[in-house]
Amino acid sequence: MLEIKNIHKIFNPGTINEKHALNGVSLRLEEGDFATVIGGNGAGKSTMLNAVAGVWGIDSGKIEINGTDVTTLPEHKRAKFIGRVFQDPMMGTAASMNIEENLALAYRRGKPRTLAWGIREKERKMYRELLSALNLGLEHRLTAKVGLLSGGQRQALTLLMATLQQPKILLLDEHTAALDPKTAAKVLEISEKIIGEQHLTAMMVTHNMKDAIVHGNRLIMMNNGKIILDVSGEEKKNLTVEGLLHRFAEISGDELDNDRMLLSK
Amino acid sequence: MADIILGAVALGLLWGVFALGVHLTYRILDIADLTVEGTFTTGGAIAAVLVTSGVNAWLATLISIAGGLVGGFITGILHTKLKIPALLAGILTMTACYSINLRVMGKSNIPLPSMGSKSVDTVFTPVMNLLKNAVGEYDKSASNAWLLDLITSKNFAAMLVGIVFMIVVSMIMYWFFGTELGSAIRATGSNPKMVRAQGINTSIMIIICLMLSNGLVALSGALIGQYQTYSDISMGIGSIVIGLASLIIGEVIIGKKTFKRNLIALPVGAVIYRIIIALVMKAGMNANDLKLFTAITVAICLSLPLIKDFFVKITKGKKRAAVLKAQADNKEV
Repeated sequence: MLEIKNIHKIFNPGTINEKHALNGVSLRLEEGDFATVIGGNGAGKSTMLNAVAGVWGIDSGKIEINGTDVTTLPEHKRAKFIGRVFQDPMMGTAASMNIEENLALAYRRGKPRTLAWGIREKERKMYRELLSALNLGLEHRLTAKVGLLSGGQRQALTLLMATLQQPKILLLDEHTAALDPKTAAKVLEISEKIIGEQHLTAMMVTHNMKDAIVHGNRLIMMNNGKIILDVSGEEKKNLTVEGLLHRFAEISGDELDNDRMLLSK
Repeated sequence: MADIILGAVALGLLWGVFALGVHLTYRILDIADLTVEGTFTTGGAIAAVLVTSGVNAWLATLISIAGGLVGGFITGILHTKLKIPALLAGILTMTACYSINLRVMGKSNIPLPSMGSKSVDTVFTPVMNLLKNAVGEYDKSASNAWLLDLITSKNFAAMLVGIVFMIVVSMIMYWFFGTELGSAIRATGSNPKMVRAQGINTSIMIIICLMLSNGLVALSGALIGQYQTYSDISMGIGSIVIGLASLIIGEVIIGKKTFKRNLIALPVGAVIYRIIIALVMKAGMNANDLKLFTAITVAICLSLPLIKDFFVKITKGKKRAAVLKAQADNKEV
């Protein structure tokens, strides 16, 4: 369960570049909620995810995960509760280390790092099984450097890493945006599968409106640092891309200005 | 000549410990840490002061590591907590070390003579005595006397000590970087953002690695001070370049695919570098030009990948052009 209460974030305050990136965002995700997040350029989608992950401190408001106030916790301490996959496939893994070492790092998320050996033999067996479930042939390449993998393989691996220790919240920040359409569909399918199997609470930022409608049980639309639309259940199932664009114009009094989003509709 | 080469090998192995320290920051953390120029001298200074005041040389050498750990810790705090760029943080600690080292030594140079009335026992003395006892008295005019001379020489003892330290230190590092903590440090050098997302405090990882690196460097300083029979306030100047030269020569010759390979490459590179220096000195190069020579060598080595790329591109382009031209010609026919 995630509870965001009236959070604000201003970048470069008092300068010519001042940006009120989060302008009073409040949101409550129930256990097992899978929310997709859409919105225009600079609407605050990624900023909201980064605020939850604790990349920087927020200026006001409160963030709770499963009832624990994490507002002032630094990023590495919050990581105990949060699994993350980034837009850039390079971002989620250590390229100079091999697949099993990356998985072993993630397997210990939220735990102290001791002088015990970095990977145990029984872990390897588990990793092999989990990797073979991805159907990417990675189970035979445990000792291959992650830098040699394709973007799609790296995103699938990052996804596995993010959920190896079951997170309270899974944050997917446009994690298919840098992939070709076929690979993106595959990674999305894996995401859906893992979220369903582990019954995870998840937030997925996407620029693909169709994906946002098809996946998850909630849809959140942001504009100018605010949540302007939050639909769930039957209402969400009946959404269409045209309908969404229309709703956006109606609420914000403006055209949707996400070039990538418009291209992909 | 044999003794010159043996001396180069011995000194190379002692510098190999330094190169390993540089590897930890330069390759694993991806930071060029200049603290080493200060902590190298700190190691030499602490060992010299302790040895001359009667402390057992092996104990003194181990204690000198602490000086390096402190130096690395300070650079780590400056860099991670006070957000000073790594290069500058290293320069600050290095500069501060100069004063500290003078305080430790009380003067700019402490001799550690192996002979004479003020002679002191270094880490090499017991090994040398052991070898001398083992060989015993021998006829200086015998045909194998040169070999026995060599075995009972200080350089041979220093080589054995260097091999022991190199093996012990490499094994400890190999073990450490296979542990959970060591893996977390390696990952920090590769992708700090990902490491934070896995719940690891990257600042602490950087501090630990800087401490380890400078601990090794101080150890190397303590050994080299004893080898060259004096510790000097300026012994650290240019040491980072020597460390980098050793590291890069090793990587070019042995490779850097795995950590095991790196661990072998470092002492090999350091020894080869020392042999090259010994040979150019023997050929008559002015000792004052040594640092210039080293700097140029490192500059060339560091730009090798770029130079290689450049030539590969040219030859590939030429080949491709030739193929296209041949195809065009065929069509015409």
